Amino acid sequence: MKYALFLGCTVPVRGMNYEIAARKVAERIGLHLVDVDEFTCCGFPVKAVDVETSFLMAARNLALAENRGLDICTLCSACTSTLTEVNKVLKEDEELREIINEKLGNIRYNGNIEVKHFSRILYEDLGICELKNFIVEPLEGFRFAPHYGCHYLKPSEVYEEFDNPEAPVSLDELIMVTGAESVDYTTLKNCCGGGILGIDENVALKMSAKKLMELKDKGIDGLISICPFCSIMYEGNQKKIEKMENAEIGIPVFYYPQILGLALGIPADELGFKLNRVKPKAFLEKLGA
Amino acid sequence: MAISLTKLDPNFKFQVASTPGGENITRCFACGTCSAGCPVREIDERYNPRKIIHMVLLGMKDEVLKSDFIWLCTSCYTCSERCPQDVGITDLMTALKNIAVQEGYVHPSYIEQIKALSSFDGLYEIADFDNKKREKFGLPKIQRKGEVLKEIMDRTGISRLAGGEK
Repeated sequence: MKYALFLGCTVPVRGMNYEIAARKVAERIGLHLVDVDEFTCCGFPVKAVDVETSFLMAARNLALAENRGLDICTLCSACTSTLTEVNKVLKEDEELREIINEKLGNIRYNGNIEVKHFSRILYEDLGICELKNFIVEPLEGFRFAPHYGCHYLKPSEVYEEFDNPEAPVSLDELIMVTGAESVDYTTLKNCCGGGILGIDENVALKMSAKKLMELKDKGIDGLISICPFCSIMYEGNQKKIEKMENAEIGIPVFYYPQILGLALGIPADELGFKLNRVKPKAFLEKLGA
Repeated sequence: MAISLTKLDPNFKFQVASTPGGENITRCFACGTCSAGCPVREIDERYNPRKIIHMVLLGMKDEVLKSDFIWLCTSCYTCSERCPQDVGITDLMTALKNIAVQEGYVHPSYIEQIKALSSFDGLYEIADFDNKKREKFGLPKIQRKGEVLKEIMDRTGISRLAGGEK
């Protein structure tokens, strides 16, 4: 399995622990990730301003991967949704594809690649059964709450038959394959609010607070994220939320590849836990790392 | 807010319907499923998708485009997934924002994002400091020059929003 690794804007600067762990896990399970220097922002941020511009940005990134004969592996859910949607539209609408290609000028996209989130590749292309064979240090006795986020599964029409956004199971299964328990909770499907952090911080933080305030009494070892922006909301802004809610929360937020990495037998100090903002001291002690 | 009949623009809904994402607005039968499940509305009543759709259908163009509430959609797609009429509300909100921009109302946070994309080809600068940190953790160096997206945004004309060309 070989993919072009699409890092996006946030991961390489503010989510290095995600990138570190994803690369280590990929190496361990035989997933070959290729770096493409020319990738830029996916196009998501300008969609609100001008859909055409976001299409051009996304199409250029798709073309860069296609030129190398590679499908794309994403880490950020907003990148995933933007690239997947534009890919689907350009594959199905030949006329629009020609218009976009003409506007791109020096590079063209022919509609020949696939875009998949790292977690989806683990779930679909490798599969839970195969992944199970790689588990050498099961995380027995640990309890994690999954956070699917919005763009990993929605809009569902662009993700074909992947997971059901109203009753998702894929991340729960990925957590369970590590040997840990996946905890169900009421605000499971809540949006982190990250999309409007720059528009109205107060509303955005209140949205994140809902989930954290429920989870603080659930006795979990951590919240599991698969998107850098969701992590910024739940982890990077957790102190602000504690102040706003006048409550102690203290929930570590891990990227899924960090906990999978542990179960694969990768030493904790190679999985970027030092970069986690809510320090996972208790978790690492419990792990005996 | 009283509705002034003389200020209504009966063509506004057609303008929205001809903008990518807004095609299905006239399908709405005002059931309110969107507003009932909206995680933003749960926190702040200013954002109410059913009300916004109804304002568009009535032709309250200025009130919609000048408002701050159209920018509050997080694009979580909860409403789009549940809408029984397939109005495609998240994409509709994107269409309204695109029209607002064309009419001169752009939220300041997007101007900052356009500036960043023009300078760095991404939302954040990857400075020497960041690359040193990346190297320390065994990650490859990233060099983005900021020329690619600036050129694309010059071509589509959105650079002008950040004081660039066109």
